[in-house]
Amino acid sequence: MLEDTVLELDGMQCVYQKPSTLTDDYMHYCPGCGHAVAHKILMEVVEEMGIQEDIIGVAPVGCSVFAYNYMNIDMQEAAHGRASAVATGIRRVLPEKYVFSYQGDGDLAAIGTAETIHTINRGENILIVFINNGIYGMTGGQMAPTSLFGQKTSTSPYGRDIEHNGYPLKITELIAHLPGAYYVTRQAVHTPNTVRKFKKSLKNAFEYQKLKKGTCFIEVVSNCPSGWKMTPKETLTYIEEKMLPEYPLGDLKVPTQNKN
Amino acid sequence: METKNTEIRLMKGNEALAEAAIRAGLDAYFGYPITPQSEVLEYLTEQIPKRRGVVLQAESEVASINMIYGAAGAGARVMTSSSSPGMSLMQEGISYIAAAELPCLLVNVVRGGPGLGTIQPSQGDYFQATKGGGHGDYRLIVLAPSSVQEMCDFVFDGFKLAEKYRNPTMILSDGALGQMMEKVEFPEEGSLPHQVPAWATTGKKGRERNFITSLHMEPEQMEEINLHLQRKYKTIEENEVRYETFEVEDAEIVLVAFGLPARICQKTVELAREKGIKAGLVRPITLFPFPKKILSDLSKKIDHFLVVELNAGQMVEDVMLAANGNCPVHFKGRMGGMIMQPEDVLEEIEKIVEQPIPLVAGQE
Repeated sequence: MLEDTVLELDGMQCVYQKPSTLTDDYMHYCPGCGHAVAHKILMEVVEEMGIQEDIIGVAPVGCSVFAYNYMNIDMQEAAHGRASAVATGIRRVLPEKYVFSYQGDGDLAAIGTAETIHTINRGENILIVFINNGIYGMTGGQMAPTSLFGQKTSTSPYGRDIEHNGYPLKITELIAHLPGAYYVTRQAVHTPNTVRKFKKSLKNAFEYQKLKKGTCFIEVVSNCPSGWKMTPKETLTYIEEKMLPEYPLGDLKVPTQNKN
Repeated sequence: METKNTEIRLMKGNEALAEAAIRAGLDAYFGYPITPQSEVLEYLTEQIPKRRGVVLQAESEVASINMIYGAAGAGARVMTSSSSPGMSLMQEGISYIAAAELPCLLVNVVRGGPGLGTIQPSQGDYFQATKGGGHGDYRLIVLAPSSVQEMCDFVFDGFKLAEKYRNPTMILSDGALGQMMEKVEFPEEGSLPHQVPAWATTGKKGRERNFITSLHMEPEQMEEINLHLQRKYKTIEENEVRYETFEVEDAEIVLVAFGLPARICQKTVELAREKGIKAGLVRPITLFPFPKKILSDLSKKIDHFLVVELNAGQMVEDVMLAANGNCPVHFKGRMGGMIMQPEDVLEEIEKIVEQPIPLVAGQE
């Protein structure tokens, strides 16, 4: 489809196109959703590094369950919460390939917490991309482990109550303490500057994977216009004012801090 | 420990199974300790680093089965094993594996349940193994060994069947077969070649991308996938039924038993024959596909079936379906890790044959 568009631009120079590592499928994501940006940047890095023939991705259960429809690479779709176990299985039998899982907050930090912690504690040589938008998007906006204090969702209609529901789970801080974690960083995709930094972190992670020194983990603080019941533009303000104070951006662990 | 080619050893069932898996070209094993099958994981963690393949102790059975999904999807020859409570934890993953049509070998060294139950042998997981176990319409191919030798042989058969049909295959063993020692002759290592299948996710070098999923949002497509699976199960039923018979030619009462009770029942048949009772035995080897035809054929010429199981009566339902009312189907079972003696089964036979056979079904 894109190629057709380019051909119509007779006599004009193509200055930008989507990476070949994305398929031509229409993404099902809601307008303004961070998943689309995160997918594209991830696949741009795969293309730029020339590793599309040597990489296997694992999609989660959640909004990005169809990631395999959009990423033009070999992929497996895992059961809810088990993406890092599936990625472990792949990487153990294909130790020279690049392997990543792409998971949301419900998948990675609620139902899959055990798999997340143990995969990283084993120092599996994979990349985990963790999209944190503080809500269950696919099932219709329920409370997530990372939902903020007071956040209204369809299952916390009076706002998240710490006494009743516990605290927003800062799983990235938790796993940064594990010796098996080699690179842990928190990024975002809601501004041009954060997108650039996210892209750099992905390049770092794939470079580090070659070293076989442990798990790379990139949290992406993202949005959910439908679940948050906001316009896409309003979600950008909400990220800045509400999400980032709870989930501050930056590196939590970089290789120079590693003793191994 | 020696690891030469064809050789005879005295071994525990669990260890024989583990050794057989290495010889059958196992690429990767993921598992979690649980009695009475922990020797499988112990044996493999000791042997695989010295030989070939991957072995990993996972954090749970849930993680194990999903590692199996990933590695099988990446084209490896893979196996996991557990015992009843652990196998229950794996059911979600097994359903995904069946749906995505990934070949793998699952081993359940069954212990008595329900709940935490006991570590003693049982056949209480027959329904779980043969009727699906997890959610949705799917089947496993299920092999039931009755000796340590078969704990070895069925590993080879299990991988062959799993790969031939792209279907998870289960060895349904029990705590006694796992723990007891017998003589076992091993096939030569490397006698079961394996090629990475074209559909595997190994990186899209020189081809279009592969992806593995069990998600199909369009009902028309999901129905088509289901019909495809059902056609496959029918083909398996047509081609892969296995059973053994003993003294059934002139039998008036036929025992039906799988696994360990089949050995007990063979002795019972001998004891019955000594007393002039024409008894025989059918031992289903594949529990799915179930040997319906032989049982249906026998039901038309014998007086009784007696199904003997280490449970409350599970396979007996399949025997009843096969007999379809042609002859009475009786049941003798023990539970909770208890095992019947050949004499107990003989007593049951004597009770049955002493009763007058009703001329018309339902008439006293």
